Amino acid sequence: MEVGLKMGFEETELRLGLPGGGEGGEVVRKRGFSETVDLKLNLSSSKQDTSGMDPNDEKVTGLNKEKNLLLSATDPAKPPAKAQVVGWPPVRSFRKNILATAIRKSGSDESSGEKVAFVKVSMDGAPYLRKVDLRMYTSYHQLSDALAKMFSYFTIGNCGSQGLKDFMNESKLMDLLNGSDYVPTYEDKDGDWMLVGDVPWEMFVESCKRLRIMKGTEAIGLAPKAVEKCKKMS
Amino acid sequence: MVVRVAMRDGNRRISSEMGTDVDIKKDRRRHLLSDTLSLSFSLIRHTMADQMSDDDESRQSPQSDLDFTSNKARNCIATGSVSGHPEFRLPYPDQVLENVLENVLHFLPSRRDRNAASLVCKSWYRVEALTRSELFIGNCYAVSPTRATSRFPRARALHLKGKPRFADFNLMPPDWGAHFNPWLLSFAKAFPWLEKVYLKRMSVTNDDLATMAESFSGFKDLVLVCCDGFGTSGLAIFVSKCRELRVLDLIESEVADDETDWISCFPECESQLESLIFDCVESPINFEALEKLVARSPSLKKLKLNRHVSIGQLYQLMVQAPQVTHLGTGSFSPLEVDMQDDQEPDYVTAFADCKSLVCLSGFREIVPDYLPAVYPICANLTSLNFSYANITAEQLKPIISNCHKLQVFWVLDSIRDEGLQAVAATCKELRELRVFPVDAREDSDGLVSEVGLQAISEDCRKLQSILYFCQRMTNAAVIAMSKNCPDLAVFRLCIMGRHRPDHVTGEPMDDGFGAIVKNCKKLTRLAVSGLLTDKAFEYIGRYGKLVSTLSVAFAGDSDMGLKYVLEGCPQLKKLEIRDSPFGDAALCSGLHHYYNMRFLWMSSCRVTRQGCQQIACAMARLVVEVIRSADEEDMDDCVETLYMYRSLVGPRNDAPKIVTIL
Repeated sequence: MEVGLKMGFEETELRLGLPGGGEGGEVVRKRGFSETVDLKLNLSSSKQDTSGMDPNDEKVTGLNKEKNLLLSATDPAKPPAKAQVVGWPPVRSFRKNILATAIRKSGSDESSGEKVAFVKVSMDGAPYLRKVDLRMYTSYHQLSDALAKMFSYFTIGNCGSQGLKDFMNESKLMDLLNGSDYVPTYEDKDGDWMLVGDVPWEMFVESCKRLRIMKGTEAIGLAPKAVEKCKKMS
Repeated sequence: MVVRVAMRDGNRRISSEMGTDVDIKKDRRRHLLSDTLSLSFSLIRHTMADQMSDDDESRQSPQSDLDFTSNKARNCIATGSVSGHPEFRLPYPDQVLENVLENVLHFLPSRRDRNAASLVCKSWYRVEALTRSELFIGNCYAVSPTRATSRFPRARALHLKGKPRFADFNLMPPDWGAHFNPWLLSFAKAFPWLEKVYLKRMSVTNDDLATMAESFSGFKDLVLVCCDGFGTSGLAIFVSKCRELRVLDLIESEVADDETDWISCFPECESQLESLIFDCVESPINFEALEKLVARSPSLKKLKLNRHVSIGQLYQLMVQAPQVTHLGTGSFSPLEVDMQDDQEPDYVTAFADCKSLVCLSGFREIVPDYLPAVYPICANLTSLNFSYANITAEQLKPIISNCHKLQVFWVLDSIRDEGLQAVAATCKELRELRVFPVDAREDSDGLVSEVGLQAISEDCRKLQSILYFCQRMTNAAVIAMSKNCPDLAVFRLCIMGRHRPDHVTGEPMDDGFGAIVKNCKKLTRLAVSGLLTDKAFEYIGRYGKLVSTLSVAFAGDSDMGLKYVLEGCPQLKKLEIRDSPFGDAALCSGLHHYYNMRFLWMSSCRVTRQGCQQIACAMARLVVEVIRSADEEDMDDCVETLYMYRSLVGPRNDAPKIVTIL
């Protein structure tokens, strides 16, 4: 994803011809003054292609000073096919920004097939449940960060980034489960309770019905399954 | 036209020398003025006649006084101000008359009626000035604050507008002006009893908010529309000090996130809040504090939440305030919901319990699964704003099919023509429709077209106002609307691709807009788009006799276009033009009319500096501002932006460097 981002930016800078489609990644940064010169060249060549009947083009001298500087944040959902004239269409930037967020949200959801994937999260000893949308995250790491924020006394083993990976490591896993730390578990489609981190992320999102953060000591019964799976995978 | 107004007391006709000459303006104010006159004169007792003979106005030279009045009337500016205020040299002529007038004029809320009444004679001018409680100032640079405060000593409310509308689309430098501060300082001194301030497109600072809270002890209503320059810290001080606050409405304003918890700053006691609108505030709020605030605001009728309020939180608020009439739902998604038990709250019942709910908006990050919750109140809704909800026609239909009373509907084009057809099928009472684009770019896919417009025009015959963004349109559909909707007063069509013709015939859109101005006899506001020749403007000039606001972009062939409009539209008050080939000759053709207008905006046209200078020299009371573009020097003579407006004050002294006042 990051590589695509860089490429998109570079292409914008150097390109003099028609803007092509299909750039990967999002151009999130605002365009500065220096880039407007390049973009202007883009615009005049591309405008002739798309606007067709434009009898004013030839006559007007001062008219085509089209400013391409977008003063509001660019639409991050997809890179614009051509740069836009300032203030046109006359939709307030306030409204444009909101819509860009909505598009981005629904756009990313559509790619995974389902719009949202809400699951309930309970934690042993906590007085209430929470709900999370698994589609909001792209990795176990992000999910564990979010859960950690929600339940502030919740820890996954050592530190967040290594924590879930440790589950794959047999010996570390046993150390953790023997301790009084909490471990995240989930109920899958078949009704089985599994340790979070067993399966690839996408598969997890598809199959997870419910999350439960249980005490390490209680989760010992689950460990053999995980360890077995680990053995199979390595 | 000068009319002699005689006074009768019952059957006794008072001597004609006691009458008043009034210069009646040619427009529709005439009947209003005569109504007013007959109303007040009928209350005057016969003691009046004796008293009037002592009145200096009739004894001295009535002709010259009244000539003074009528001359001024011709040059009068619509805000009603006349240069020089009346001199109180002589003793107060008639206390009874003034009291009577005062009582009568009290019933005159409309500012246009009041402006007319103030022109009758000096006595009326005085009394009207004393009884005017709401000051409306359409352009903050047209008059000075001190002039306003001295003429209207008993004002309780101020309604002030600053930047022109095109500032919303980044066409103006951000520091251009329209500062509230000088007005605030003047009013703080003159009117410590001020209760209400309504600002649109003004620049307000945190200090201003603090000053307001400190200077006006009984302050009640603050409404900020399209304003900027302040943040949550200013709000915090404001709400903590205004103990009598009834209305705090922040509408489409930019509020900086100073990371201050302003909701917690409302006083702890029971609050008089009737309206709390903060849906435009981008920063998160303290929900617990908000819940407590709503719980102690029994009069709360209008509540519009921002996108940081989840649907679960919305539920809790609705349970506290089922008496709301206007509700903005916040995000309408369940991301951060806390639940006591395993079940979701009963949203349907919460909505059903809001029996007075007539206006619904919000849906900032909608999860459409929750839409059925609003079914119970659809039948009562008169206003529905889905313009932040990216929903499909299928998701809309179950809701809209129950909205029989709907009069105002704002929506995204994600519903497509099919969705608009569903709207047309049910909403026979529709007065105002706004269709915004999900993807507001020139080359985006058009989701609505002439099909949707046609459907609306055929079934929503009471339509008065429409704003429609699309990519394809036909003259036929626009002509159909002009015939089907005779009540149309506002027609704003935005074909997003520039210079787009009728996509079926390939013709310019001249005939469509021509039909609108010709057939819609009540049309006052028009925005045009698509491929347009000078012919379109000829139609507007010929038929658009009531048009007061006109927006033009990427249209016309030559100076003739603008000439037609300036010469043909006597009611024109606000004219905003961008990227159209109109030059100096056209500009000069409007000299006879510019004092009757609030402003003229022309950007990226063919107007030169010399042309602007000519106008500035010819018209003393016009402020002519030329704004350079940010990134380049003037390559040629053409000015980037011309913004000119009538003013009694003359050139302002707070303009940034980029603005030159000629």
